[in-house]
This record gives sequence, C-alpha cells and structure tokens, in this order.
Amino acid sequence: MNNAAPKAIAVNKAVNDVIRSDRGRLMAGLVSRLGDFQLAEDALQDATISALGHWGRSGIPDNPTAWLMKASFNKGIARIRKAKREGQKGHDLSLIIEDEDPMYAQEEIPDERLRLIFTCCHPALEEKSRIALTLRTVCNLNTREIADAFLDTETTMGQRLSRSKAKIKSKGIGFVVPEPAQWGERLNTVLSTLHLIFTTGYVSGDASSRNLCLEGMFLMRLLDQLQSQDAEIEGALALMLLTQSRKTARVSSEGATVPISEQDHALWDAELLQEGQALLARAVQRRNPGAFQIKAAIADCHMETPEPDWAQMLLLYQSLWRFEPTPVVALNWAVVLSETGQPELALQKLGELKDALSEFQPWHAANASVLRKLNRSEKASEAYAEAISRAPTEADRLFLRGKLKQLYN
Amino acid sequence: MKYMLLIYNNPTEEPTYGTPEFDAMMGGFFAANEKMQADGVLAGGEGLQGIETATSLRIKSGKVETMDGPFAETREHLGGYYVVDVPDLDAALKYAALLPSANFGTIEVRPLMDYNPAG
Repeated sequence: MNNAAPKAIAVNKAVNDVIRSDRGRLMAGLVSRLGDFQLAEDALQDATISALGHWGRSGIPDNPTAWLMKASFNKGIARIRKAKREGQKGHDLSLIIEDEDPMYAQEEIPDERLRLIFTCCHPALEEKSRIALTLRTVCNLNTREIADAFLDTETTMGQRLSRSKAKIKSKGIGFVVPEPAQWGERLNTVLSTLHLIFTTGYVSGDASSRNLCLEGMFLMRLLDQLQSQDAEIEGALALMLLTQSRKTARVSSEGATVPISEQDHALWDAELLQEGQALLARAVQRRNPGAFQIKAAIADCHMETPEPDWAQMLLLYQSLWRFEPTPVVALNWAVVLSETGQPELALQKLGELKDALSEFQPWHAANASVLRKLNRSEKASEAYAEAISRAPTEADRLFLRGKLKQLYN
Repeated sequence: MKYMLLIYNNPTEEPTYGTPEFDAMMGGFFAANEKMQADGVLAGGEGLQGIETATSLRIKSGKVETMDGPFAETREHLGGYYVVDVPDLDAALKYAALLPSANFGTIEVRPLMDYNPAG
C-alpha cells in the first residue's frame, strides 16, 4: 500500500508546527552559536528541508526542536566550511567546532530569545528595520507577510531585512542583553518597537494576512515571561491588553470610529480588560514608574465607568510629560484640558503646537473638537475638513464627517 | 572590535575658556580618558586644531589643487577622536556617552575596517 502522499503532508505539517512555535528559540540559539543572523537563517532553512526527508523516513523525533537545532548547527558549520574552501572570508572555525556538543540533541535548549529581541530592537537600527527583523526572526512571519503590513513590495522588504542583518554584523551589535547602565534606554526601544507592531495592526484593522495585534501581544507576553517582574514591561503589556479589549467596540455598525467615551461597554472584552487592570495594578505596586505604565493608567481612566476619569488623566499627563516631553503628549494633554472645562486653555496649547504638528492629522481633529466645544462653528468646520482629508482610515473619515454634520444641527 | 569615536562639535556651542562649564568639560574629558585607560580599551586618540587651520587638497586632471579650509563647511566640525577596542557596539556607545562633547555636539561611532585578506 502506498501512502506516500498523506505521509508527506503529515510530515510537512509536523515540520511547520515546530518551526511556527519554536522559530524564535531556534534562531536565538543559532545566532548565539554561529554568530551571524543570515547564516543562522540559512542553516535553519537547510535543516528544515533535510527534516522533511529524515522525518519522512524514520518518523518524527522525540524532541523535534532539539533535532532541528542540532541539524541547523551542522548545516551552519557545513556552510562555513564551504565558504572557507571557496576562499571567502569566514569565521574562525576552530573556535566554533570546539563548542560543538554531540549530546546537544538530547538536551534542553537554553532560551536565548531575550538576547534575540534586544538585538533585533537595537536603537542603532532604523525603527522600521527593528519591526521587520523582530517579526521575521522571533515571530516567524515571512517576507511577504511583513511587506503586506507595511504596504511594501516583497523585494523592498527582502532588501531591508538583508541590509539589517548585514548591519548587525558590520556595526558589531552584540548578541547580548544590555548591562544595567544601558538597560532602561534599551528596554524602552524594545517596548516601543513591540508596541508599534501592535498599533500597526490596530490602526490598519489588520487587513494583512497575519494579525499584527496578536503578534505584538505574543511578543510582549514573551518578554514579560523572559524578564519577569519588570514594571515597565508589565505596563506596556497592560496598555496592549486594555487597547485590545476595546477592539470590537471601537467601530460602529456603520463602520465609523467610536471614541472611547461613546463606546458600548458591553462590547469590551471583560477578560482582557481585567487582565490588563490587574497587570497594571501589579506594575504600579513596584514603585518604579515609567512612560508605559502611565499610558496604561491613562487608558484605564478612559475606560472608567460610567464616565472617563478626566481629572485623574490630567495628573497622569503631567507625570507623562516628565518622561516624554514631546508635542504628541502635549496634544493629548490639551484634549484632556478641554474635557475638564478648560477648552480656552486647550485651544491656546494647541495653537502653540501648530509648528510642530500641523502635518499631524490628530492635531487637526483635536482642534476641530475643541473649537466645537467653544461653539466656533466656522473655524471648527474648517478644522474638520482638514482632519477628514488627512484621516488615515475610512472609519476615521466617517466618524469625523458625522461630527461635522452635527455642527449645523 | 575597534571603534573610532569621532567628536563633532559646533564651536559656538562649546563652553568658553575660563567659565565653570569649560572646567567641567575638561574634567569630563579627563575622567573619560582615565576610565578608558583603566578599562584597558583605549587604543588611541587625538584632538584637532580648529578648522581655520585646515588645508584641503585634491587632484583634478592630474593637477594638485590646494585650498584653504576644511573639506566641507558644516555647522559641526570634527574636533578629535578616540579609538577604543571593545567587544561590541554597546560597549563603544557606553564610552561615547562619557565624552562631554555628547552634551553639546555629536559623537559618531564607527567600526574600524578590519582588513584581513587571509580571512
């Protein structure tokens, strides 16, 4: 009886499952031992292909991940040897071979993903490259899927990825967790990168083939697990959970954006909300405040029932300003001022931000809303028109058009 | 890995001689120097005279052209450099952050080319 085809499908699936769940672990271990991102990726690719043959003949090994790690490492060594023979500049082989352990396949693989995340999110790389590299290396997205998320072509994204891997090597970015003196600043870059992955998915409504919100949450949960009891990591994860809990409520049945204060609370995901709030409470108890904890606390105040706690938000923005004195923080602060009965002051603050933010859509939307509060309909409708023309999504355009209509009702 | 820390400063933003800020800057450089030496990473370093002393030269169609002034007129000038021998970029950045010029200028950190034809 010939069951080659079903077997091939089953083995393929098994290989894919291991790669999907353990690619980050495998890449971390390989980069650590081979000392090169591209080589690690090529070696894993070679090993995946040979796994299909071996596993097809002899069955799936007891510890498939360890099998792949060992096979990849051997493939990596083979690639280095080949490069040496062909006279290319290669690694110091003697050093690597001494490190080779034949028992490796039976051992627990050390989890080196924390180093991997810090390397992919090094501030010496461009922001977009950090995101792309993290998604490729830790989350196992392919080049096509990453390109989709950025509306880039596959070729452009492929070039960006190989440039970044080359840069890690040429700049001498170490495969290490930063030392205490650099920890805070470097962690902030990591958290911002992961948060950007999440918001990229959130803003686009996740039209791409892979759900970037879920990838962002997966990464942040992983980071929280690898480096537990860190208040800022907990704060950043809480912020994601609180945001995600509103996912269904943020768009109306007509497809328009619904601001938090007007959302149907019944549509909030209670489980995510509770988890986020509990995490935030735990983070705050550590008495080591930071920007992400404050932002999560602001999100929490926004979701206070029956009414958002604007007064508390005013205090929180004051604290946030100490960590992030940026025009965007000032903009959100001004919005809160207008909600706490100080629309005149808010308008003045927004005016001061004009030079910095006049190309930024939310500045126009905030202006429109404050002007409407002050009953300056003509100015408000101009601001709405500007905000509508710059709106990033159809849902935002619909929401703003609705507000514009209300002006004259 | 060896890195050059290139120190770019805008002279108008540097502290002036005789002020407490100037003394603090000198002290900062001294401390950075000592730290690099104590850590055994210092592989060289020099300060440069001002750009008004610079002479630039290039050869155009076989003829040497000599000009008064720096290669490019920019706001920030190359004022000096250190070479540090450290394990990775993070370590190089740590020493770069010790240089007082980072507070009013820019430190460009670049790996030295390791040319080894034998591999």
